[in-house]
Formats: sequence, C-alpha cells, structure tokens
Amino acid sequence: MCLAVPGKILSISEDEPLMKMGRVSFGGSLRDVNLAYVPDVKVNDYVIVHVGFAISVLDENEAGKIFDYLDQIQEI
Amino acid sequence: MKFVDEYRDSEPVRKITEALAQIVSKPWTLMEVCGGQTHSIAKYGIQSLLPSGLTLLHGPGCPVCVTPLDSIDKALQLAARPEVIFCSFGDMLRVPGSEKDLLTVKAEGGDVRMLYSPMDALQVARDHPEKEVVFFAIGFETTAPANAMAIHQAKEEGLINLSFLVSQVIVPPAMTSILESPANRVQGFLAAGHVCTIMGLAEYEPIAEKFRVPIVATGFEPLDILQGIYLCVKQLEEGRAEVENQYSRSVRHEGNAPAQEIMSNVFEIVSREWRGIGAIPQSGLGVREDYAAFDAEKKFSFKACEPKPPSECISGLVLQGIKKPDECPAFGAACTPESPLGATMVSSEGACAAYYRYQKTGL
Ligand code: SF4
Repeated sequence: MCLAVPGKILSISEDEPLMKMGRVSFGGSLRDVNLAYVPDVKVNDYVIVHVGFAISVLDENEAGKIFDYLDQIQEI
Repeated sequence: MKFVDEYRDSEPVRKITEALAQIVSKPWTLMEVCGGQTHSIAKYGIQSLLPSGLTLLHGPGCPVCVTPLDSIDKALQLAARPEVIFCSFGDMLRVPGSEKDLLTVKAEGGDVRMLYSPMDALQVARDHPEKEVVFFAIGFETTAPANAMAIHQAKEEGLINLSFLVSQVIVPPAMTSILESPANRVQGFLAAGHVCTIMGLAEYEPIAEKFRVPIVATGFEPLDILQGIYLCVKQLEEGRAEVENQYSRSVRHEGNAPAQEIMSNVFEIVSREWRGIGAIPQSGLGVREDYAAFDAEKKFSFKACEPKPPSECISGLVLQGIKKPDECPAFGAACTPESPLGATMVSSEGACAAYYRYQKTGL
C-alpha cells in the first residue's frame, strides 16, 4: 500500500485550499488527486502520489544529477 | 514513463554496479527500511548484482506487516457489526487476525469495502448517514498526512457517522530499536524515500551520530537503490556516518511542511505495538483529544480477545533483519500468499511475499 508513483499534472481545479484537486496521468491512466500538500504545483509538473495525495513535486534538476554522478565516478 | 524508465535502464545500472564493486573492501550489512524498496530489490534481483559479502536486510518497512494483531482483531469486531461499513486499504483484507481475516468477515456478510484513499471514506459516510462508517487508518509517515486530512475534513463537515481505527507508526524509533538490539547486524540504512519526503531528514541526524551508522534517504527504482547502497558503502569505507539524500528529486531537507502541519494538528506521538516486534516507545501516532469523536477506539467498545500469533511464523525476526524469509521453515510450504500465516506474506511489500513472488528470478 505504500507504493507511491510519479504522475503528470494535466489540470488543476481550485475550490478551497484543502480541497485543491488535480487530474494526474500515470503513463496514460488518469486519476483525480488531492493537491493540498503541494501548494505551488503547476500543470505539467510531475508529482509523487500516495493514497490519493500528491506528496511532492519532482525536481527536474535533481532528477538528472544521478546521471552526472555516474559519469563522475566512472572517471575516477 | 518519465521519472521511472530512466532509472531502470541497464546501462546506468551496470555503471553503478561496477563502481560499487570497486569501492567495497570488506563485508557490510545494510538494511532498507521501506517495503517499497524491499519489493523492488526482490523484483529486480538487486541482491544478485551486489559484490559478495554485501548483504541487504529487509527492515520493518511494510505498514501492513507491522499492524498489531490487537488492531486487526478490533477491525474484525467492527467489520462484523451489522451497523458498520468497514473501509480499508486493500492489502489489509487478507492479514490474519487471531481467528480470521477481514475477507472472511466480508464473506460472512460484513460490509467490508476496499478504498484507494482515506478521503473516499468521507463519501461513503455522506452516502450512508444511517450507517457507522469506519476507516482502518494504518501506515507510516507517508500515509499519515492523508489519514490526518480525512479526519480533519470529517470534523469540518461534522460527519458524525465516520470514525477512524488508527494504527499509524513512525519509522525513526523502529530504526533506533533495531540498532539498540543486542542481535543487531545493521551497519547502514537506506531510509524510506517517501517517508523522508514528508518528514525531511533532520530526525535521522541524531541516529546517525549516536549509533555511527550512515543513513541514506533512497528512492525506489533499481538505480535509486543501487546509488543508495553505493553512497552508504562509500561512507562505511571512509569511516563516515552521515545522513545523505539520494532521492533529492522528491526529498527536501525540511520535508513537506503543509503535510507535517496537519499531521501534528490531528495526531500526537504515542507508544505502539509493532506486530512481531513488540512495543516500541514513542513509535506511533494516535488521535488527539480535539478529534476524539472520530477515534473508533473511543467511539466503540471492544471485546477483549486473547491474541494468539501463529507459532511457526518468524516474521518478527524477519522484520528486524535477524532472519531472511527463506530461513523460515513455513516459507513456501505451510505459508504462501494464498494462505499466509504471517502478515509479511500478505502485502506485496512484505519481505516474505516479495521473496515468494520473485524467488525464481534470483535473489
Ligand atoms: S514465511 Fe510465513 S510463517 Fe514464515 S515468517 Fe514469513 S509470514 Fe511468517
């Protein structure tokens, strides 16, 4: 049950702050997700979703660092 | 899929595996503390990619597995009541209680429903004002904000027919308890990336320092886990014991502030029993007095029952990393996912189930 997966925000509907919802695509399958815990999220961002809540916005910059790190450790 | 596929590519996986082999000079034992990681490790055969002498132990990171028998028995009693609609995450349904499981209660006529999110319980309660709706709120820090929000929202809406059977646990006290055990073999931890996404990293710093163990917040894809292992081993080889963040695309040092806020409004730290392990001080979350009307343990009365855990099951030792699942005499024989003796065989994040499912792919 703890498996949490990344998905892409397709649209955001704003009613009240605690009930901000987003439509999220997980490789094509869609789900409505509560966005209360990611107040700054924008359309096209990728979020980690767990039991109906987005718990973080994935950081593109940080996401690529592992590949630079691999190049670095190979050179040593 | 973006943010998934690139972390499963064979080329970077090969690179990091080779780099790891180069830095290992002696045997080390690490533990991953998240069931999601245990599942990936089994699924991708990660143990078989590691240099010999480097051992992964699987920690108590599956919330379904550590939910105490007492909570399951309470859930079974509630689910059997004619006025109750009992709602739960799907993987709790087959966890054995003292006498039966939730699925059996359902077959006997109990109204037991599987929900994806605790928020869905609000709708069930709105749709059935004549019934008592109870949600089985289990999980680690990753799930706590969702459960907290559902409880908060129930109070806001005044949904008096909804309550929550809460059995939330938190990870750092369990890590401490493992490290304090005389049988401990763990020299470094891969901390659970999504727990850290919520809580941040600060609470791991005193543990790393006190017990001189490296703790690396780690993600769930094969490349994440291998990099987490690499960073952990590098620290061990260099004699360092620090908190590092492998999963920086999701984990910020301070964690998720709005989630922490609702959690601490709704829940307070309490001692909790961990199935197979026993009581761990200050290791759980309980419902605060302000929300007591939504606490199923206060709302209903329960029959005392004598919990009798199945004697063959060594899941307590498995959960503490003392034994591996295939060292259990019942593994794959008396105990299978179809007829599980212990909770670690039920959830796909439980170590026994992960081993059973993927053992043919080479662990
Ligand atoms: S294999 Fe079954 S009986 Fe053995 S420890 Fe795992 S859950 Fe318990």
